[in-house]
Amino acid sequence: MNIQTPILEVRHLHKHYPKIKAVDGIDFSVPTGICFGLLGPNGAGKTTTIEMMEGIIRPSSGEILYKGEPMGPRFKNEVGIQFQSTALQDFLTVREHLNFFSRLYPKNMSVDELIEICSLQAYLDRDARKLSGGQRQRMLLAIALVNDPEIVFLDEPTTGLDPQARLNFWELINRIKARNKTVLLTTHYMEEAYKLCEQIAIMDHGKIIAQGSPNQLLAEHFQDVIIELPASDFPVAAQTLPHRRLEKVTPMIEISTRDVNATLAELLQAGASLAGLQVRPRSLEDLFLELTGKGLRP
Amino acid sequence: MKLQRIGAVIYARSLEFIRDRSALSWSLVMPIVMVLGLAFIFSGDGQPLFKVGVIAENLAAEAKPNPSLHPFLATKHIDFYSLPPEQQAIAIKKVGRHQVDMLLDLRAGQMHYWVNTESPKGYFLELLLTASKGHQLTQAIVKGEQIRYVDWVIPGILGMNMMFSCLWGVGYVIVRYRKNGYLKRLNATPLTATEFLLGQIVSRMVLVVGVSVLVFTLTNLFMQFVMEGSYLDLLVVLILGTFTLITLGLLVASRVRSEELSDGLLNLLTWPMMLLSGVWFSMEGTNPIMQWLSQLSPLTHTLTAARAIMLDGASLWQVTPHLFVLLVMSVVFLAIGAWGFRWTTD
Repeated sequence: MNIQTPILEVRHLHKHYPKIKAVDGIDFSVPTGICFGLLGPNGAGKTTTIEMMEGIIRPSSGEILYKGEPMGPRFKNEVGIQFQSTALQDFLTVREHLNFFSRLYPKNMSVDELIEICSLQAYLDRDARKLSGGQRQRMLLAIALVNDPEIVFLDEPTTGLDPQARLNFWELINRIKARNKTVLLTTHYMEEAYKLCEQIAIMDHGKIIAQGSPNQLLAEHFQDVIIELPASDFPVAAQTLPHRRLEKVTPMIEISTRDVNATLAELLQAGASLAGLQVRPRSLEDLFLELTGKGLRP
Repeated sequence: MKLQRIGAVIYARSLEFIRDRSALSWSLVMPIVMVLGLAFIFSGDGQPLFKVGVIAENLAAEAKPNPSLHPFLATKHIDFYSLPPEQQAIAIKKVGRHQVDMLLDLRAGQMHYWVNTESPKGYFLELLLTASKGHQLTQAIVKGEQIRYVDWVIPGILGMNMMFSCLWGVGYVIVRYRKNGYLKRLNATPLTATEFLLGQIVSRMVLVVGVSVLVFTLTNLFMQFVMEGSYLDLLVVLILGTFTLITLGLLVASRVRSEELSDGLLNLLTWPMMLLSGVWFSMEGTNPIMQWLSQLSPLTHTLTAARAIMLDGASLWQVTPHLFVLLVMSVVFLAIGAWGFRWTTD
């Protein structure tokens, strides 16, 4: 494989169901060894896309290339998958699940190594049905890694986890990245994508609407910063600040500006108290909402 | 195809079954309780009538033998029924096993009767026959062990248990795996559909055959069932019958998406099979349409072959037609089931 050849490449991919175009002609490539984030609101087509890339769903049309070639029989041996929701057999312990999945592959990572990477030591012999949400996700990640894959698909792996479990899972993903594995991640959490992904693609209505590194996309779309002020500290006189975009995000007022000093001076002049003021740069979440809108999705 | 992968499926599925104590105890305890219960219920011999088979010239199969053939036939409280001459050999065996109390051959030049002198009913009937006026018949003594209802019904109970275990344990479980996404997870691995299905078949075969052998052995300890044939032949019938029922389960499960639908389909299969396969009572003498329908059930062929071996001492060769039907059914069910198999609900 040429070092420049992406590990995965998607060309003109479509998936049509009788009444819906779930994926409507997308193109992107995933370079080897990075964490690639696929973002989008509910129903954007992320899971359909990732499942076509995993070889689970057959595309209506288009092409998916693995290491520059159509996916062949070796593909399943070289990828690891963690679905959005996965049921396992009942009555089996964590260790038994790992052993079972290990025996399905010709090449394996040792079970001891899996236990180490995913921090499973404390509950190895526990019935998998009795694990907490975070423990279960770690076990499912270990199962996705049993074959020492070159690319790991993680479909919303931290959804429903508490902040500690989520932080812990991010650490696991960083451990996987440190082993030079490619990670393809879908998530609803923009902070997660920002912290983990070198590249992202944002999908909506089955199409890719933005693609690049998080910082590059932020730089392309925003030149301003946000000043946040408690709504109670915001004087009526300030509502007519020239050339500023104001937005009420209860209980705060957000002011978009390219010139912080000038805006602060205008606020003081209007009689605003700056005690509760915060200045923050634009985030991936701002970009996401900017591109996909704030309307509730069905 | 990789044996290691099939072995992994067999091991994991067997662990799941063995650790599911409620399911395991149900498949062991239920048939034992039924055998003991039926043995107790029928221990008093609830048939008040004497039963006498009659072979005579020009006697239609369903006609009541006329006393003009012999004055003994006018005796009250005896169930005389006509038999075609070609069933004479079977009827003599039934006399030996106390299933028929006496057999009369009233054809010209024959005039014999067969009786089991160890049977109390046979003894009384013989007294009545010799005391009756009319042509004296020559005696032929038949020896044999009494067949109790429990001897006859044990293959039925085991067969019913097998049927439920195979159809629900394979059919329903695979649909559950499909619905909860476990099959989708397996589809993401190199495991092929053939390997997965073989793993399910072998694991269920071992469990069902093991449970059936265990239940038979345990109940046989205190019931001492009649066994005229070979245990090995019976085991072959058990294995083939189990295989056919498992493939039927796979056929149901091949692409059904909802547990509710599979529940309905399995009930639709199991109830007619339980009623029409001769589980509780013999299909002999029932409506011809019912008899024809019963031949469509794999359980009918399994039970007929098992009873022929146990009660009539038949060899495998003698039950070949039933084994052949089971084999054909298995191949058809498996081919359609494997061809139509879907990993996901999409």
